[in-house]
Amino acid sequence: MSDTNNKVIVKIQRGTAEKQEIASFDVPLHSNQTVLDLVSWVQQNEDPTLSYRFACRVGMCGSCAMMVNGVPRWTCRTHISKVLHRGEITIAPLQNLPVIKDLAVDMDPFFDKWIAAEGVHHSGRTRDDDIEMVDETSASRLEANSGIECINCSVCYAACDTVRNNPDFLGPAALQRAWTLLNDVKDEGRQRILDAVSGKGGCHNCHSIGSCTAFCPNELDPMSAIAGLKRETAKHFWQGGKSC
Amino acid sequence: MLNLRLYMLQRITALLMAPLVLGHIAVMIYAIQGGLTAAEILGRTKGSVAWFAFYGLFVVAISIHGAIGMRVVMYEWAGFKGKWLEAFTYSLGFFLLIIGARAVWAVTFA
Amino acid sequence: MKHLNTSKTSKAHPLWLSHILHRLSGIGLSLFLPFHFLILALAMTNPDRLDQFLQITESPAVKFAEFGLVFLLAIHMFGGLRLMALEWLPWRPAQKTLAAFAVSMSFFIAGIFFLKAI
Repeated sequence: MSDTNNKVIVKIQRGTAEKQEIASFDVPLHSNQTVLDLVSWVQQNEDPTLSYRFACRVGMCGSCAMMVNGVPRWTCRTHISKVLHRGEITIAPLQNLPVIKDLAVDMDPFFDKWIAAEGVHHSGRTRDDDIEMVDETSASRLEANSGIECINCSVCYAACDTVRNNPDFLGPAALQRAWTLLNDVKDEGRQRILDAVSGKGGCHNCHSIGSCTAFCPNELDPMSAIAGLKRETAKHFWQGGKSC
Repeated sequence: MLNLRLYMLQRITALLMAPLVLGHIAVMIYAIQGGLTAAEILGRTKGSVAWFAFYGLFVVAISIHGAIGMRVVMYEWAGFKGKWLEAFTYSLGFFLLIIGARAVWAVTFA
Repeated sequence: MKHLNTSKTSKAHPLWLSHILHRLSGIGLSLFLPFHFLILALAMTNPDRLDQFLQITESPAVKFAEFGLVFLLAIHMFGGLRLMALEWLPWRPAQKTLAAFAVSMSFFIAGIFFLKAI
């Protein structure tokens, strides 16, 4: 697949929620390029009207997440040698989220579900109370720690087939956060979390397809976190808890 | 689209059926040897409380399990929602229960 | 079915294949079951017709179809048990190994059926 013209054919899905089309650009090929480099080149040299997001460009913030050849990835951390196919790359906005324009999607549904899953800290103590001590070696703390590095990039949400087919489903990131809080001794919203993840969009809709875990750029494991929620809610079921 | 209750029903009927499935396959492997006839089947099952209980339980479990499973498929792949989804789930469940119970009756006490 | 346009690269990882096998086998079994119940009930309403059906099942094509059915049943059951192990057991089993195990057990059981049937 030698590139005699030393260029890459970059196909980008453009447009709005109502109307989309594929635009094709010839981008110069260099030995060290990321997919984000390609998109930036197009916007800076070919078409300044191309809309896209990035921030840190070093793989820490998650802003640059897009679909690359049908796979959700951080574009700043995707070397083109990994995704170049016969001199071509196809880039599209993250799946499962409404398109605002071109490669920029509306993140609101993602964050709304984060809140709906009770992925917010539920505090009970005041400044006048003793500080709740966290045992870093306890099983529950280790479980919580394995999920707290989530930076809300939405790659797992975009990868999930169940999110796509089930609009109510809260999604891997939101449910993983709920799981970390359930395991956090400082969080006093246990019942609220269990109720929030037991409704019609809750953890029980997860089919353990595992695309979330397969594609998380931080190597987190939302699938196992959701399995944990299933165990906890099942225990609760037998104890006469919520049976919706 | 499942909540906790439907999820638990699905899992419990699944566990219930695991030994029933293995038993059924074992019986089938035995029964098909030397060809299968109505007389041979009935000779085994007619008047048997044990077979009635075994397959009766199987039918109840599969009616629930199948209806909930297909509910998810109709929701995720065919876009059924709201009261249509509920109607489908209950209809399939009762349909399987009725024709299944009829089949069990047919080979035991009919 | 507009929801089925899964892309090859993002969806075709091993656990996704387990999922799709489990779903398709479930649908297949749901479609088969009513016929199974209705034909069996002929024992009560029309035993001669039942015998006619059973005669047809002697043909190799039907034997092969029966193998397919037993395979679907085994796939669905072992796949489901794998899912429940992932969800409910406290240990984190090697998922791909378990998935492969489920498929091979299914072949094994269906195979025994087939060999005894032919």
